[in-house]
Amino acid sequence: MAAETLFFFLFGAAAVGTALAVITRRNPVASALWMVGYFLTLAGLYLTLYAPFIAVMQVLIYAGAIMVLVIFVIMLLNLGNPEQLRERFNPRVGLASALGALLVLQFLVFLLSRPTGYQAPSPKAAELGSPQTIGQVLFTDYLFPFEAVSLLLLAAVVGAVILAKRKVEP
Amino acid sequence: MERLPLEAYLLLSATLFTIGVVGVLTRRNAIVVLMAIEIMLNAVNLSLVAFSAYVGNVEGQLLVFFVMAVAAAEAAVGLAIVLALFRNRQTVFIDEVNLMRW
Repeated sequence: MAAETLFFFLFGAAAVGTALAVITRRNPVASALWMVGYFLTLAGLYLTLYAPFIAVMQVLIYAGAIMVLVIFVIMLLNLGNPEQLRERFNPRVGLASALGALLVLQFLVFLLSRPTGYQAPSPKAAELGSPQTIGQVLFTDYLFPFEAVSLLLLAAVVGAVILAKRKVEP
Repeated sequence: MERLPLEAYLLLSATLFTIGVVGVLTRRNAIVVLMAIEIMLNAVNLSLVAFSAYVGNVEGQLLVFFVMAVAAAEAAVGLAIVLALFRNRQTVFIDEVNLMRW
């Protein structure tokens, strides 16, 4: 068995386990910490697909930046009593889980009924994931979307500052 | 060298996406709902990277890059909304915010 296959099963099982932990923990801080584990296992899965650049971005942006933001907001809510953040048992869990299982079954039937025909990664895959290849395409063919994303991030930062202000003057 | 077909990655991605959907449907805490949305975005990223590697086309990974940027923007604005919500209503539970419900 190839090492990539072994790591696929290892990280795949870990990803499903950590994702389930995120949505089942009753304390949001515990959810956030499991979420960091989920992001790290996904970075491992990207490595089995020869995408080191995306894997590093995953750790930097998601595990580094976004989760710090989430933990900060939980802290800023400044709840005297941590019980205030806890949830009661929700009777909709059974129905939602059944619908979720149905959705996975639907995906399974769809994927098995029409095989994509790709049995192994492309031989070019190893060089595709390198920062050099991605940077070259990003700054030539995709330069306009790249600049548009910078505007989007600027708008999001301004929006977040306005929304989080204590009092907004009319 | 034995490798898994593309369907293995797509099925894993679908499973993770479904876990995110169930999280959004069942949780009441707005912060956890935002995290479940991140689970779904990441599941889709996984299938994009898998397609990119198996088809041999770099554009799937570029799309992942843009999805990450949009997810960062979404997290910043979403969490600011949660903060504003908590200041005004003293709750982060989405079912207690029902002003616009008919």
